[in-house]
Amino acid sequence: MSENTDVWEVFIQSKNGLPHKHAGNVHATDKEMALQNARDLYTRRKEGSSIWVVKATDIIASQSEESEEFFDPSDDKMYRHPTFYTMPEGSKNI
Amino acid sequence: MTEEKFQKRIDAEQKIEPKDWMPDAYRKHLIRQISQHAHSEVIGMQPEGNWVTRAPSLRAKMILLAKIQDEAGHGLYLYSACETLGISRDELVQQLHDGKAKYSSIFNYPTLNWADMGAVGWLVDGAAIVNQVSLQRTSYGPYSRGMVRICKEESFHQRQGYEIMATMAAGTPEQKQMAQDALNRIWWPSIMMFGPHDADSPRSGNALKWKIKRQTNDELRQSFIDKTVAQAELIGLTIPDPDLKWNEETGHYDFGAMDWDEFWRVVKGDGPCNKQRLDHHKKAHKEGEWVRNAAKAYAKKQELLTV
Ligand SMILES: [Fe+2]
Ligand SMILES: [Fe+2]
Repeated sequence: MSENTDVWEVFIQSKNGLPHKHAGNVHATDKEMALQNARDLYTRRKEGSSIWVVKATDIIASQSEESEEFFDPSDDKMYRHPTFYTMPEGSKNI
Repeated sequence: MTEEKFQKRIDAEQKIEPKDWMPDAYRKHLIRQISQHAHSEVIGMQPEGNWVTRAPSLRAKMILLAKIQDEAGHGLYLYSACETLGISRDELVQQLHDGKAKYSSIFNYPTLNWADMGAVGWLVDGAAIVNQVSLQRTSYGPYSRGMVRICKEESFHQRQGYEIMATMAAGTPEQKQMAQDALNRIWWPSIMMFGPHDADSPRSGNALKWKIKRQTNDELRQSFIDKTVAQAELIGLTIPDPDLKWNEETGHYDFGAMDWDEFWRVVKGDGPCNKQRLDHHKKAHKEGEWVRNAAKAYAKKQELLTV
């Protein structure tokens, strides 16, 4: 039997209402073990109120070498930002 | 990308991430350094594990257990960082077992009594913190993030050790003598943890150029000594170095010559506990094999049931 176990990426929500943030990864053979290992490794000091684990092989990532072309559709769309617009002199609360 | 472009990114203080182009030698240097660091955290549990069942109180035992568990965690953070460079955890463990990968020599010294738990936390973790605080700024992203996490956890390690030393130093004359004896034995190996003098450290050049290391061995050692002298004085213990003297001009402590012959003897395998430490790791790894196999068989079965 091969020795290598699956790698699971770990996401932790530090407090109720906040987003889950990537914390690191663990090795585990199944999902329960992945959750328990993540708890023991990343939340020994009450760092979390919720944990997600995802098999690393199930994550689809954009390629950093192609990041320029990949993200360039948003380069020329300054009108998506509020600062693009000129407000009349003296306008308030907008 | 060329080496030149890579160096430009380094000089601009950009972090290098796993999928970014990097020179082969940069990758190799990182694998060697991070794996050595990871193995040190893991082997470092042994000298402390030696005292868990003989801790003098329940409080002391809980603290020691929590510290050792943190060190296991540090090893795992570092193995994770190392794996992003394209080497598997099994290969890393194999390299340790084959003697191809090293760990910090300090863990090849025995822990003879409870005072050593104080000296190890105060001095060994103290020296490790100086090194790790500096490495938070290392150029490799996953290593840097691991260091940030580790540094948050380390300061309790040093404080619990210093507390043990302070308590013993304020105890009976015999207890104070035990604390002094532990300091005498662990002082020199702990300041040698920073490695050879800069002039005798051939690999440092690249490591500094690539910002894998941010400070030299001698700079880190000096900063540890400067911090520690006053802590020893405060609790009435004497650092076992007759040449230790404040230097008004440099603003640092001068200190005596380290025994590099002994250092290299221990690195090359001839320390008091080298064989014991490695044998124990191999034995634990081998005895855990059936658990790993059972876990995999269980996972396979679950998969079949859900199809
Ligand atoms: Fe540690
Ligand atoms: Fe520690």
